[in-house]
Amino acid sequence: MKILTLNFLTCARKLCKSSNTAFPLHPQDAELEIVEQDMNVEFLRNILPRLMWEELSGVVGELGLPALPPTVPTLESLTEKKLKAAENDPTGMNVVEVEVPSQVALDLHRLLLETCVKEGKLVCGSCGHEYQVREGIANFLLPGHLV
Amino acid sequence: MSRPEDTLPPDLFYNDTESRKYTTSSRIQKIQSDMTHRALDLLSLTHSSLILDVGCGSGLSGEILSASDAQGTPAGPHVWVGFDISASMLGVALEKEVDGDLFLADAGQGVPFRPGTFDAAISISAIQWLCNAESSEESASGRLSRFFNGLYASLRRGGRAVLQFYPKNDTQKTMISSAAIRAGFGAGLLEDDPGTKNAKTYLVLTVGGGELDG
Ligand SMILES: [Zn+2]
Repeated sequence: MKILTLNFLTCARKLCKSSNTAFPLHPQDAELEIVEQDMNVEFLRNILPRLMWEELSGVVGELGLPALPPTVPTLESLTEKKLKAAENDPTGMNVVEVEVPSQVALDLHRLLLETCVKEGKLVCGSCGHEYQVREGIANFLLPGHLV
Repeated sequence: MSRPEDTLPPDLFYNDTESRKYTTSSRIQKIQSDMTHRALDLLSLTHSSLILDVGCGSGLSGEILSASDAQGTPAGPHVWVGFDISASMLGVALEKEVDGDLFLADAGQGVPFRPGTFDAAISISAIQWLCNAESSEESASGRLSRFFNGLYASLRRGGRAVLQFYPKNDTQKTMISSAAIRAGFGAGLLEDDPGTKNAKTYLVLTVGGGELDG
Protein backbone atom coordinates (compact mmCIF):
# COMPACT_ATOMS: atom_id res chain seq x y z
CA MET A 1 0.00 0.00 0.00
CA LYS A 2 1.31 3.38 -1.07
CA ILE A 3 2.08 6.07 1.51
CA LEU A 4 -0.30 8.21 -0.58
CA THR A 5 -3.18 5.89 0.29
CA LEU A 6 -2.34 6.12 4.01
CA ASN A 7 -2.99 9.86 3.77
CA PHE A 8 -6.64 9.15 2.90
CA LEU A 9 -7.50 5.90 4.65
CA THR A 10 -9.48 5.94 7.90
CA CYS A 11 -10.73 3.34 10.36
CA ALA A 12 -13.71 1.45 8.89
CA ARG A 13 -15.64 1.10 12.13
CA LYS A 14 -18.83 3.06 12.49
CA LEU A 15 -18.04 4.16 16.03
CA CYS A 16 -14.88 5.87 14.72
CA LYS A 17 -16.70 7.87 12.01
CA SER A 18 -16.87 11.02 14.11
CA SER A 19 -13.61 10.52 15.98
CA ASN A 20 -10.71 12.80 15.07
CA THR A 21 -8.14 10.15 16.03
CA ALA A 22 -9.34 7.52 13.49
CA PHE A 23 -7.20 9.25 10.85
CA PRO A 24 -4.44 8.70 10.02
CA LEU A 25 -4.04 5.03 10.85
CA HIS A 26 -0.69 4.29 12.47
CA PRO A 27 1.61 1.79 10.76
CA GLN A 28 3.23 -0.71 13.13
CA ASP A 29 5.89 -3.35 12.50
CA ALA A 30 5.88 -2.11 8.93
CA GLU A 31 8.14 -3.55 6.28
CA LEU A 32 8.50 -1.09 3.42
CA GLU A 33 9.37 -1.67 -0.20
CA ILE A 34 10.01 0.55 -3.19
CA VAL A 35 7.84 -0.17 -6.24
CA GLU A 36 8.96 1.95 -9.16
CA GLN A 37 6.29 3.95 -11.01
CA ASP A 38 6.48 6.32 -13.95
CA MET A 39 6.79 9.95 -12.89
CA ASN A 40 3.45 11.75 -13.26
CA VAL A 41 3.65 15.47 -12.43
CA GLU A 42 0.06 16.03 -13.50
CA PHE A 43 -1.16 13.57 -10.88
CA LEU A 44 1.00 15.20 -8.19
CA ARG A 45 -0.40 18.58 -9.13
CA ASN A 46 -3.92 17.19 -8.83
CA ILE A 47 -3.39 15.44 -5.48
CA LEU A 48 -1.17 18.00 -3.69
CA PRO A 49 -3.99 20.32 -2.49
CA ARG A 50 -5.80 17.27 -1.04
CA LEU A 51 -2.91 16.01 1.08
CA MET A 52 -3.04 16.46 4.83
CA TRP A 53 0.57 17.48 5.29
CA GLU A 54 0.83 17.38 9.06
CA GLU A 55 -0.62 13.84 9.17
CA LEU A 56 1.68 12.81 6.32
CA SER A 57 4.66 14.12 8.28
CA GLY A 58 3.49 12.16 11.31
CA VAL A 59 3.25 8.88 9.40
CA VAL A 60 6.63 9.52 7.75
CA GLY A 61 8.11 9.94 11.24
CA GLU A 62 6.43 6.76 12.53
CA LEU A 63 7.92 4.85 9.60
CA GLY A 64 11.38 6.22 10.34
CA LEU A 65 11.67 7.93 6.93
CA PRO A 66 13.51 11.26 6.47
CA ALA A 67 11.48 14.22 7.78
CA LEU A 68 9.38 16.28 5.37
CA PRO A 69 9.67 20.05 4.99
CA PRO A 70 7.41 21.82 7.53
CA THR A 71 4.93 23.12 4.96
CA VAL A 72 3.33 21.59 1.88
CA PRO A 73 5.22 22.43 -1.34
CA THR A 74 3.58 24.87 -3.72
CA LEU A 75 2.20 23.73 -7.07
CA GLU A 76 4.75 25.95 -8.80
CA SER A 77 7.62 24.16 -7.09
CA LEU A 78 6.75 20.85 -8.81
CA THR A 79 8.35 21.80 -12.09
CA GLU A 80 11.33 23.83 -13.19
CA LYS A 81 12.43 25.26 -16.50
CA LYS A 82 15.56 23.93 -18.04
CA LEU A 83 17.43 24.90 -21.13
CA LYS A 84 18.35 22.12 -23.45
CA ALA A 85 19.77 21.76 -26.91
CA ALA A 86 17.16 21.83 -29.63
CA GLU A 87 16.57 18.51 -31.35
CA ASN A 88 17.91 17.97 -34.83
CA ASP A 89 20.29 20.87 -34.47
CA PRO A 90 23.77 19.69 -35.49
CA THR A 91 25.29 23.10 -34.63
CA GLY A 92 24.29 22.87 -30.94
CA MET A 93 23.82 26.63 -31.06
CA ASN A 94 20.08 26.70 -30.41
CA VAL A 95 18.56 26.01 -27.02
CA VAL A 96 14.91 25.52 -26.06
CA GLU A 97 13.26 25.92 -22.70
CA VAL A 98 11.56 22.77 -21.37
CA GLU A 99 9.58 22.15 -18.20
CA VAL A 100 10.83 19.20 -16.16
CA PRO A 101 9.87 17.70 -12.78
CA SER A 102 11.77 19.44 -9.99
CA GLN A 103 13.62 17.66 -7.20
CA VAL A 104 10.60 18.48 -4.99
CA ALA A 105 8.37 16.53 -7.39
CA LEU A 106 10.80 13.64 -7.64
CA ASP A 107 10.99 13.38 -3.84
CA LEU A 108 7.19 13.52 -3.48
CA HIS A 109 6.75 10.90 -6.18
CA ARG A 110 9.25 8.62 -4.42
CA LEU A 111 7.51 9.01 -1.07
CA LEU A 112 3.84 9.00 -2.07
CA LEU A 113 3.71 6.66 -5.04
CA GLU A 114 6.76 4.41 -4.83
CA THR A 115 7.19 3.81 -1.10
CA CYS A 116 4.79 1.06 -0.03
CA VAL A 117 3.90 -0.80 3.14
CA LYS A 118 4.43 -4.44 2.24
CA GLU A 119 3.86 -6.14 5.59
CA GLY A 120 2.70 -4.98 8.99
CA LYS A 121 -0.43 -3.54 10.48
CA LEU A 122 -2.33 -0.26 10.55
CA VAL A 123 -3.70 0.69 13.94
CA CYS A 124 -6.64 2.99 14.64
CA GLY A 125 -5.78 5.70 17.18
CA SER A 126 -9.39 5.80 18.33
CA CYS A 127 -10.55 2.20 18.84
CA GLY A 128 -7.22 0.38 18.61
CA HIS A 129 -8.42 -1.94 15.83
CA GLU A 130 -5.51 -3.45 13.89
CA TYR A 131 -5.76 -3.88 10.12
CA GLN A 132 -3.25 -6.42 8.81
CA VAL A 133 -1.25 -5.77 5.65
CA ARG A 134 0.13 -8.82 3.84
CA GLU A 135 1.94 -8.64 0.51
CA GLY A 136 0.80 -5.03 0.31
CA ILE A 137 -2.91 -5.92 0.62
CA ALA A 138 -4.71 -4.48 3.63
CA ASN A 139 -7.47 -6.52 5.19
CA PHE A 140 -10.39 -4.22 5.93
CA LEU A 141 -13.04 -6.91 6.33
CA LEU A 142 -14.73 -6.32 9.66
CA PRO A 143 -16.43 -9.01 11.70
CA GLY A 144 -20.21 -8.32 11.62
CA HIS A 145 -20.44 -6.94 15.15
CA LEU A 146 -17.84 -4.22 14.42
CA VAL A 147 -19.42 -2.86 11.22
CA MET B 1 -27.15 -21.42 -15.41
CA SER B 2 -27.93 -19.84 -12.09
CA ARG B 3 -26.61 -16.36 -11.37
CA PRO B 4 -23.45 -16.59 -9.26
CA GLU B 5 -24.73 -14.14 -6.65
CA ASP B 6 -27.76 -16.38 -6.02
CA THR B 7 -25.66 -19.37 -5.11
CA LEU B 8 -22.85 -18.22 -2.82
CA PRO B 9 -21.46 -15.00 -1.37
CA PRO B 10 -18.70 -13.63 -3.63
CA ASP B 11 -15.86 -14.48 -1.27
CA LEU B 12 -16.90 -18.13 -1.43
CA PHE B 13 -17.95 -18.15 -5.07
CA TYR B 14 -14.69 -16.73 -6.40
CA ASN B 15 -12.41 -19.37 -5.00
CA ASP B 16 -9.05 -19.97 -6.65
CA THR B 17 -10.44 -22.03 -9.51
CA GLU B 18 -13.28 -19.64 -10.28
CA SER B 19 -10.95 -16.60 -10.03
CA ARG B 20 -8.56 -18.06 -12.55
CA LYS B 21 -11.39 -19.13 -14.85
CA TYR B 22 -12.89 -15.64 -14.67
CA THR B 23 -9.59 -13.94 -15.32
CA THR B 24 -8.40 -16.10 -18.16
CA SER B 25 -11.62 -16.22 -20.16
CA SER B 26 -10.86 -13.96 -23.11
CA ARG B 27 -14.56 -13.38 -23.74
CA ILE B 28 -15.04 -12.05 -20.21
CA GLN B 29 -11.87 -9.98 -20.53
CA LYS B 30 -13.14 -8.38 -23.71
CA ILE B 31 -16.55 -7.55 -22.23
CA GLN B 32 -14.94 -6.25 -19.04
CA SER B 33 -12.52 -4.10 -21.00
CA ASP B 34 -15.29 -2.66 -23.23
CA MET B 35 -17.39 -1.82 -20.18
CA THR B 36 -14.44 -0.16 -18.43
CA HIS B 37 -13.81 2.03 -21.47
CA ARG B 38 -17.49 2.90 -21.63
CA ALA B 39 -17.45 3.81 -17.93
CA LEU B 40 -14.33 5.94 -18.46
CA ASP B 41 -16.06 7.79 -21.29
CA LEU B 42 -18.98 8.50 -18.98
CA LEU B 43 -16.62 9.75 -16.25
CA SER B 44 -15.17 12.34 -18.69
CA LEU B 45 -11.95 12.75 -16.72
CA THR B 46 -9.73 15.61 -17.80
CA HIS B 47 -6.80 15.14 -15.38
CA SER B 48 -4.77 12.25 -14.10
CA SER B 49 -7.02 11.24 -11.18
CA LEU B 50 -7.30 9.23 -7.98
CA ILE B 51 -9.98 6.59 -8.62
CA LEU B 52 -11.73 4.01 -6.47
CA ASP B 53 -12.49 0.69 -8.18
CA VAL B 54 -15.28 -1.08 -6.30
CA GLY B 55 -15.03 -4.84 -6.77
CA CYS B 56 -11.70 -4.57 -8.60
CA GLY B 57 -11.37 -8.36 -8.79
CA SER B 58 -8.16 -9.40 -10.50
CA GLY B 59 -7.48 -5.86 -11.72
CA LEU B 60 -8.83 -6.11 -15.29
CA SER B 61 -10.29 -2.58 -15.08
CA GLY B 62 -7.34 -1.36 -13.04
CA GLU B 63 -4.91 -2.19 -15.83
CA ILE B 64 -6.94 0.09 -18.09
CA LEU B 65 -7.00 2.87 -15.46
CA SER B 66 -3.20 2.61 -15.25
CA ALA B 67 -2.77 2.93 -19.01
CA SER B 68 -1.80 6.21 -20.63
CA ASP B 69 -3.87 8.55 -22.76
CA ALA B 70 -1.87 7.38 -25.77
CA GLN B 71 -2.85 3.78 -24.95
CA GLY B 72 -6.52 4.77 -25.01
CA THR B 73 -7.32 5.76 -21.40
CA PRO B 74 -8.66 9.34 -21.35
CA ALA B 75 -6.41 11.59 -19.17
CA GLY B 76 -4.51 8.47 -18.06
CA PRO B 77 -2.56 7.11 -16.40
CA HIS B 78 -4.68 7.31 -13.25
CA VAL B 79 -3.85 6.15 -9.76
CA TRP B 80 -6.40 3.73 -8.31
CA VAL B 81 -7.40 1.94 -5.15
CA GLY B 82 -9.30 -1.33 -5.56
CA PHE B 83 -11.65 -3.12 -3.17
CA ASP B 84 -12.59 -6.73 -3.44
CA ILE B 85 -14.17 -9.18 -1.08
CA SER B 86 -12.49 -12.17 -2.73
CA ALA B 87 -8.95 -12.93 -1.54
CA SER B 88 -8.39 -15.27 -4.50
CA MET B 89 -9.30 -12.56 -7.01
CA LEU B 90 -6.86 -10.20 -5.28
CA GLY B 91 -4.26 -12.97 -5.37
CA VAL B 92 -4.51 -13.02 -9.16
CA ALA B 93 -4.17 -9.20 -9.23
CA LEU B 94 -1.06 -9.49 -7.06
CA GLU B 95 0.49 -12.03 -9.44
CA LYS B 96 -0.12 -9.62 -12.32
CA GLU B 97 1.65 -6.86 -10.34
CA VAL B 98 -1.08 -4.30 -11.00
CA ASP B 99 -0.22 -0.70 -10.10
CA GLY B 100 -3.23 0.01 -7.87
CA ASP B 101 -3.45 -0.51 -4.12
CA LEU B 102 -5.54 -3.56 -3.25
CA PHE B 103 -7.86 -3.93 -0.28
CA LEU B 104 -9.62 -7.01 0.98
CA ALA B 105 -12.80 -5.19 1.85
CA ASP B 106 -16.58 -5.44 1.62
CA ALA B 107 -18.09 -2.32 0.03
CA GLY B 108 -21.31 -3.20 1.89
CA GLN B 109 -19.46 -2.31 5.11
CA GLY B 110 -18.71 1.22 3.88
CA VAL B 111 -15.86 3.14 2.24
CA PRO B 112 -13.16 3.95 4.85
CA PHE B 113 -11.59 7.05 3.29
CA ARG B 114 -11.69 10.63 4.49
CA PRO B 115 -14.17 13.02 2.85
CA GLY B 116 -13.29 14.20 -0.64
CA THR B 117 -10.57 11.59 -1.27
CA PHE B 118 -11.40 10.39 -4.77
CA ASP B 119 -11.87 12.24 -8.06
CA ALA B 120 -14.02 9.40 -9.34
CA ALA B 121 -15.18 5.85 -8.75
CA ILE B 122 -15.78 3.00 -11.12
CA SER B 123 -17.32 -0.41 -10.66
CA ILE B 124 -17.73 -3.17 -13.23
CA SER B 125 -20.14 -6.05 -12.62
CA ALA B 126 -19.96 -5.89 -8.84
CA ILE B 127 -22.60 -3.90 -7.01
CA GLN B 128 -25.42 -6.39 -7.58
CA TRP B 129 -23.57 -8.45 -4.98
CA LEU B 130 -24.43 -5.79 -2.40
CA CYS B 131 -28.03 -6.94 -2.53
CA ASN B 132 -27.03 -10.20 -0.90
CA ALA B 133 -27.34 -10.19 2.82
CA GLU B 134 -25.20 -13.05 4.00
CA SER B 135 -26.22 -13.22 7.60
CA SER B 136 -29.11 -12.25 9.80
CA GLU B 137 -27.05 -9.34 11.17
CA GLU B 138 -27.32 -7.39 7.95
CA SER B 139 -29.93 -6.46 5.38
CA ALA B 140 -29.49 -5.67 1.69
CA SER B 141 -30.82 -2.14 2.24
CA GLY B 142 -28.39 -1.60 5.12
CA ARG B 143 -25.47 -2.72 2.95
CA LEU B 144 -26.55 -0.53 0.02
CA SER B 145 -26.97 2.48 2.28
CA ARG B 146 -23.56 2.03 3.96
CA PHE B 147 -21.93 1.69 0.55
CA PHE B 148 -23.57 4.69 -1.12
CA ASN B 149 -23.22 6.96 1.92
CA GLY B 150 -19.55 6.04 2.18
CA LEU B 151 -19.00 6.47 -1.55
CA TYR B 152 -20.72 9.86 -1.57
CA ALA B 153 -18.58 11.16 1.27
CA SER B 154 -15.33 9.81 -0.17
CA LEU B 155 -15.78 11.58 -3.53
CA ARG B 156 -14.74 15.17 -4.19
CA ARG B 157 -17.43 17.75 -4.79
CA GLY B 158 -18.01 17.63 -8.54
CA GLY B 159 -16.81 14.02 -8.63
CA ARG B 160 -18.52 11.22 -10.52
CA ALA B 161 -19.04 7.50 -10.19
CA VAL B 162 -20.00 5.09 -12.96
CA LEU B 163 -21.17 1.73 -11.74
CA GLN B 164 -21.99 -0.95 -14.30
CA PHE B 165 -23.99 -3.78 -12.82
CA TYR B 166 -26.24 -6.69 -13.74
CA PRO B 167 -29.61 -6.10 -12.10
CA LYS B 168 -31.54 -9.28 -11.40
CA ASN B 169 -34.81 -7.49 -12.17
CA ASP B 170 -36.42 -4.05 -12.22
CA THR B 171 -37.04 -4.13 -8.47
CA GLN B 172 -33.34 -4.55 -7.81
CA LYS B 173 -32.49 -1.83 -10.32
CA THR B 174 -34.81 0.57 -8.51
CA MET B 175 -33.56 -0.52 -5.10
CA ILE B 176 -29.95 0.24 -6.07
CA SER B 177 -30.59 3.58 -7.75
CA SER B 178 -32.86 4.85 -5.01
CA ALA B 179 -30.23 3.94 -2.40
CA ALA B 180 -27.77 6.11 -4.36
CA ILE B 181 -30.21 9.01 -4.53
CA ARG B 182 -30.95 8.77 -0.79
CA ALA B 183 -27.20 9.11 -0.15
CA GLY B 184 -27.26 12.46 -1.97
CA PHE B 185 -26.13 11.55 -5.48
CA GLY B 186 -27.56 12.91 -8.68
CA ALA B 187 -28.30 9.65 -10.51
CA GLY B 188 -29.06 8.48 -14.00
CA LEU B 189 -29.48 4.96 -15.36
CA LEU B 190 -28.08 4.30 -18.77
CA GLU B 191 -28.74 1.14 -20.74
CA ASP B 192 -26.71 -0.07 -23.68
CA ASP B 193 -28.35 -2.63 -26.00
CA PRO B 194 -31.58 -2.65 -23.92
CA GLY B 195 -33.81 -5.68 -24.25
CA THR B 196 -31.07 -7.89 -25.68
CA LYS B 197 -29.04 -10.51 -23.88
CA ASN B 198 -26.10 -8.11 -24.13
CA ALA B 199 -27.97 -5.39 -22.21
CA LYS B 200 -25.68 -3.42 -19.92
CA THR B 201 -26.80 -1.13 -17.14
CA TYR B 202 -24.69 1.81 -15.95
CA LEU B 203 -25.59 3.86 -12.91
CA VAL B 204 -24.07 7.31 -13.47
CA LEU B 205 -23.72 9.28 -10.25
CA THR B 206 -22.71 12.87 -9.65
CA VAL B 207 -21.77 14.71 -6.48
CA GLY B 208 -23.06 18.27 -6.62
CA GLY B 209 -21.42 21.39 -5.34
CA GLY B 210 -18.45 21.76 -7.65
CA GLU B 211 -17.29 21.97 -11.21
CA LEU B 212 -16.98 18.76 -13.16
CA ASP B 213 -13.31 19.33 -13.72
CA GLY B 214 -12.15 15.76 -13.46
ZN1 LIG C 1 -11.26 2.75 14.88
